[in-house]
Amino acid sequence: MADLRIDLAGIKSPNPFWLASAPPTNSGYQVQRAFEAGWGGAVWKTLGDPILNVSSRFAAVSFNGQRVAGFNNIELITDRPLEVNLQEIYETKKKFPHHAIIASLMVEPKQEKWHEIVKRVEDVGVDGLELNFGCPHGMAERGMGSASGQVPELVEKQTYWVKEAAKTPVIVKLTPNITDITVTAEAATRGGADAISMINTINSLAGVDLDTWNTVPHVAGKGAHGGYCGPAVKPIALNMVAECARNPLINVPISGIGGISNWQDAAEFILMGATGVQVCTAAMHHGFSIVEDMIDGLNNYLDDKGIASVMDLVGRSVSRYSNWGDLDLNYKIVAEINNDVCINCNKCHIACEDTSHQCIDLYSEDGRPILKVREEDCVGCNLCSIVCPVDGAITMVERKSTVPPMTWNERQSLISSLSK
Amino acid sequence: MALNQENIMSQQLKRNFMELTSRMTKNEAIEEANRCLYCYDAPCIKACPTSIQIPNFIKKIASGNMKGSATTILEANPIGASCARVCPTEELCEGACVLNSSTKPIKIGELQRYATDWAMETNAQLFKQGQSNGQKVAIIGAGPAGLSAARELSRFGYHVTIYEAESKAGGLGSYGIVSFRLPNEVVDWEIEQIEKLGVEIKTNTAVGVDISAEDILAQYDSVILAVGMGAVPNLGIEGEDLDGVHDAIEFVRKTKMGTLTKNIVGKRVAVIGAGNTAIDGATSAVRLGADNVQILYRRTQKEMTAYKFEYEFAKQDGVEFKWLTAPKKIIGNEAGVVVGIECVKMKLGEAGADGRQRPEEIEGSNFIIEVDAVIKAIGQTRFVSLIEAFGLQHTNGVVDIDETTMQTSNAKVFACGDVVFGNGQGEAMVVTAVQQGKDAAYKTHQRLTSFSKSLL
Repeated sequence: MADLRIDLAGIKSPNPFWLASAPPTNSGYQVQRAFEAGWGGAVWKTLGDPILNVSSRFAAVSFNGQRVAGFNNIELITDRPLEVNLQEIYETKKKFPHHAIIASLMVEPKQEKWHEIVKRVEDVGVDGLELNFGCPHGMAERGMGSASGQVPELVEKQTYWVKEAAKTPVIVKLTPNITDITVTAEAATRGGADAISMINTINSLAGVDLDTWNTVPHVAGKGAHGGYCGPAVKPIALNMVAECARNPLINVPISGIGGISNWQDAAEFILMGATGVQVCTAAMHHGFSIVEDMIDGLNNYLDDKGIASVMDLVGRSVSRYSNWGDLDLNYKIVAEINNDVCINCNKCHIACEDTSHQCIDLYSEDGRPILKVREEDCVGCNLCSIVCPVDGAITMVERKSTVPPMTWNERQSLISSLSK
Repeated sequence: MALNQENIMSQQLKRNFMELTSRMTKNEAIEEANRCLYCYDAPCIKACPTSIQIPNFIKKIASGNMKGSATTILEANPIGASCARVCPTEELCEGACVLNSSTKPIKIGELQRYATDWAMETNAQLFKQGQSNGQKVAIIGAGPAGLSAARELSRFGYHVTIYEAESKAGGLGSYGIVSFRLPNEVVDWEIEQIEKLGVEIKTNTAVGVDISAEDILAQYDSVILAVGMGAVPNLGIEGEDLDGVHDAIEFVRKTKMGTLTKNIVGKRVAVIGAGNTAIDGATSAVRLGADNVQILYRRTQKEMTAYKFEYEFAKQDGVEFKWLTAPKKIIGNEAGVVVGIECVKMKLGEAGADGRQRPEEIEGSNFIIEVDAVIKAIGQTRFVSLIEAFGLQHTNGVVDIDETTMQTSNAKVFACGDVVFGNGQGEAMVVTAVQQGKDAAYKTHQRLTSFSKSLL
């Protein structure tokens, strides 16, 4: 039984699975149900001046029959009075003293506004604060959310203001709607953030209704961009976590967010530098009970790997994420096809023939169709093994290189030293 | 009271003859369609006698392009809605599906039915008659092969007339396949689609009776002979003319023609033969309320020609199979009604010319089974006199054709379908008949275009 407890910049929770600030953490009723189901923490849906919402709000992107591959919303921060939320936070914390409750906050970029709200939420006993510099719709038009989060100076300054007043750890939640997330991450660090979390949602349009020509979703025939999340955004989020984790100027813990649907996704984020993860879409798709497998699966994984604590897993893959210029140009792999397992759908052949390097031959041997890789022409691109629907039919195998390893950067510096 | 019971009985029988497999829901179809791997050079296409571009029609279901899906199917197979229901898919497309070796084959037949059902429900007009080229082709027989040939020729711009002896077009589809497998509406829709392309179908017109073969040969630029097969031949035993002895083809045909007989209710029935028609006769008898139905076959299960799924279906319907049992005599009472059948036990001997072991009687093993009806299903007779009226060479009623040109001994006459199946020439299935119809149409077109070119 592995130790699943985490400590993220001083915020402690019984396991690394938090609900992200979103509809599932809108009220005390919901957060208490979540804790009963096993969630280790909850980032309370963003507090601020209560806003007005529209109907409808959500849309899903389905792919080849897979429902909710992506998810999109135009809902804003809390639409309930601050006093009510604070009262419910207080009651929830009292019932669940060992679970983490973090208040997500969003106010105008004014020092006194931040000081006031920080004081009020800390008075009811939250374990930490998360500054919402990410919401891409509605609030941004009022100069908040991603409008603040896209400007490094504003991120730094507001983080600083919060730190002036805060007694609990401060997490800065970043927007992915920016060219290089490390720039705002560095700004948050300079401002004194105790941790950063990413990603908030990505600007998106979920779809267009082919019959009515309305956007999906629409409000009385009109649509606006929303925030994209769900499994489809995981690779984008994972890259941003990795870029921040390997940046020496961003030496604060990371709370990973973005398309985490199961323990495997969570383990990947943790390996890539996240101390814990926040989940929303998977819970909205399946309900709070999905956390049971997340906890169980992660625990079994750690046990199998002989790792005592989940904290020991944090960042184990960070050093393996680098720049293209540091990759070995002489490393070689090729595809190998096992015709005993192959079912002859010929997808590898046509993928290679039409769109890659034309190195998979399709021919007949004793009337039996055979697929064979011409190794000398294979560039090891992986496409055939990606499209192959059968386990074990195509393996990418390492071939011993005749020359020693050399990266692009090494090659360039060698060339320049020779030319001197 | 009696009338009411009569009514309930009729309703019950009617329900027994309703189509069996329930159709896929939209979600089921999309889920199944998304399982298709979209193979390159897909084996399912090669296994389909009409070469339907199966991965394409399936992907079109997945993308919601239903019109495209139905067109892809019906382009290759004008009788695609019927074939979706009657094809032995596990021996053809589904049998070839690569997923057989990893998970489960795609339900190609059901997906084809889903797409063609869409076409039927929306009554989509998917094909157009070609611009008239002024030439005329006569087709003899409005079964799957004839209809398929007609559809293709009409698209090329020929004026096509089909001569059909029955009161309705459709052939096997209209008369020979039980309605719980293939309801009349499906066949009727397919005929209507072909008629909409300007094909004229002269029903109730028997060639040789209502119009002579000479007249047809004189009036048309080309002729396609697509007559099927006739009645079940005699068993050649005593008692075949008794009341209660039925021809399986005729027996099934009656179930397709409106009112269902109540004469079988509570009866014991023996079916002679073990092909697909025997199964149809037997399962029809069960559904008409027979008390007990037995199939008597002089060989064993191994030599039976019925498809495996037909055999399984019959067993589920409660049909009993008596192998190595041959009829010797049908026994009647004084009133001339069947009361039993005398049989003899058989054993398998040496292999015959067809490679199958010949059944031989075991002397003195005679026994009597008490039955009230006998259904004969030992094959079908061929329309030899019609073939001869056209002056065509044939071998025991199977028209001789040049396999590449599909021409008969008369270069103007092409032949396809049941009339050329047999004697080791092709396997008689609806889907192969359809392909032969297409081929006959293309060969006819080839001949007539090279003709018109030589006239220029």
